[in-house]
Amino acid sequence: MSELLEAQDLSCYFRLAGAWGKGPVLKAVDGVSFALNPGETLGLVGESGCGKSTLGRLALALLPPTRGRIIFAGEDLARVSHKHLKELRRQIQIIFQDPYSSLNPRMTAGQILEEPFVIHNLGRRPERRAWVEELLTEVGLTADVADRYPHEFIGGQRQRLGIARALALKPRLIVADEPVSALDVSIQAQILNLLAELQQRHGLTYLFISHDLGVISQISNRVAVMYVGRLMEMASREVLAAGRLHPYTEALLAAVPRPTPERTYNPPILKGEPPSPVNVPPGCPFHPRCPEAQFPLCRESVPALRETAPDHRVACHFR
Amino acid sequence: MAIKPDAAPLLEVRDLTVNFDVARGKVRAVAGVSFDLAPGETLGLVGESGCGKTVTALSILRLLQTPPAEVTGVIRFQGEDLTTCPEARMRQIRGDRIAMVFQEPMTALNPVLTIGEQVAEALRLHRGMSHPEAWREAAAALTRVGFPDASHRLGQYPHQLSGGLRQRALMAMALACDPDLLIADEPTTALDVTIQAQILALLARLKAELGLAVLFITHNLGIVAQTADRVAVMYAGLMVEVASTEELFRHPNHPYTVGLLNSVPRLDFSHPPGEILSAIAGHLPAEPPSGCLFRDRCPLAHGRCREEPPWVEVGPGHQVRCWNYV
Repeated sequence: MSELLEAQDLSCYFRLAGAWGKGPVLKAVDGVSFALNPGETLGLVGESGCGKSTLGRLALALLPPTRGRIIFAGEDLARVSHKHLKELRRQIQIIFQDPYSSLNPRMTAGQILEEPFVIHNLGRRPERRAWVEELLTEVGLTADVADRYPHEFIGGQRQRLGIARALALKPRLIVADEPVSALDVSIQAQILNLLAELQQRHGLTYLFISHDLGVISQISNRVAVMYVGRLMEMASREVLAAGRLHPYTEALLAAVPRPTPERTYNPPILKGEPPSPVNVPPGCPFHPRCPEAQFPLCRESVPALRETAPDHRVACHFR
Repeated sequence: MAIKPDAAPLLEVRDLTVNFDVARGKVRAVAGVSFDLAPGETLGLVGESGCGKTVTALSILRLLQTPPAEVTGVIRFQGEDLTTCPEARMRQIRGDRIAMVFQEPMTALNPVLTIGEQVAEALRLHRGMSHPEAWREAAAALTRVGFPDASHRLGQYPHQLSGGLRQRALMAMALACDPDLLIADEPTTALDVTIQAQILALLARLKAELGLAVLFITHNLGIVAQTADRVAVMYAGLMVEVASTEELFRHPNHPYTVGLLNSVPRLDFSHPPGEILSAIAGHLPAEPPSGCLFRDRCPLAHGRCREEPPWVEVGPGHQVRCWNYV
């Protein structure tokens, strides 16, 4: 097995509270399978509520799967012992979206970066201090900021701190959950460059979650498109640049206005809004909004995610 | 397009400056901004957080609390100076001749009033309609912005609506009185991209139908490129470049505009993944430097930039605040 991370028919359901006890079931992630190769970036894109963050949390074993398996380096994360999971977690780290709420305001930058070593009982004080300095310079900060508190940093620098923390234990896989969404475009570009450089230098593997297709296009080797908890498409850059894509992916790509002198923006307008994951439409979940849906087929039968070309899997009856 | 350069401007802003009194002294949010907006024209106001674009919009409507804000300059709307007119007159203009839609549709709507009451309010105040009349007209206003099943939804509260529908409700409120100018402050930023496409299409349709002038404030260069007639780029409280949209995106002149455009990831999957973007170095300085405010981050900065750069005309309707074009 060469995959670093593999999801097999992975599902995560939440039971909502109802007025009289048990409420409806929210299917956040529903039957998702994919594999992540070492050193690559898999971009996971979808609109809010599609389950992409839940999938990220499943990959970190922060949530137990309801069904299916998540396998990291050959080991099923739901089956390993607690002690071993802690060991494995050194190799899987996360970068959060919001650099404001993901850093403890009462700890200095130095303490924040030292904490992973403390938790995993690595090194002694002077050693750790040296590692912290190394981490700070690695992400483009200076060693003298170690005594500052998060509020003393601006957004971009704070996100650099979040990245440094994720790098501390020399992980193999980083789940980046909307790491640049809270940043202005000039700062976003700096952080994307930093993430690309770090990947080169350390051979990192990224599961890169974003709602922004431009950001996904910038960094991903392959892209997975999610819609109400399901994978609609999985494709390489080459396929995305030239291939015939899922109607949902096509709609997403067309919906982004481009900063070009040419006025080409005239996207097909999708009807309505994404359905609620509590009440997923039968058949293809996209059929109520799909411009190409044919009835009764799309309403009655769930299209399987099948390989239509090398590096291209689509869940659509007409692709 | 809707540009009518010979028409008298609908809105004239001259040398608008806004300072805020804060504990440690004064902060300059807007530092002498001037622009015109013609009837029916869409001006895109772009820039990153803290550049002063929202403060500019709020001062046009006189929505800033003074103090701590200190607003100077001239804002003339249909020939009338909004900085000096009495508050009672301002209340007549707000929501009637000039309307605004805000970024965050959840906080901009009143959570304890139904959508119908909120849309009808403007009609009762500005049009003197009775409650039942205003209610009927509110249903029509909601239908106009593509609200499905509007007469039924009049009685719903904001929390019962999705983000996209809330934004449509805000648009219905803003457009109920058929204003001449709409100020849209990041109206689609909180929305998903397919919903954003719906709202942008709606705005384009309403602009054409109502002959509306729009001041569109956004950080999204793609939206500006595809919807505005002219673009003004702001940096640290100053306008640094103004041009027609096509001209700006074809020949960006100011180093900041160029840097901003280079920072936007290309969405075509044709480049190698992780290709390094030629980003702007550094970040917005906390203390603005003397001379050109961008010189600390500018790849083209030279000695002259220590002096304040002039506003240079580089082409018809294309102006840049930069020494490199003198």
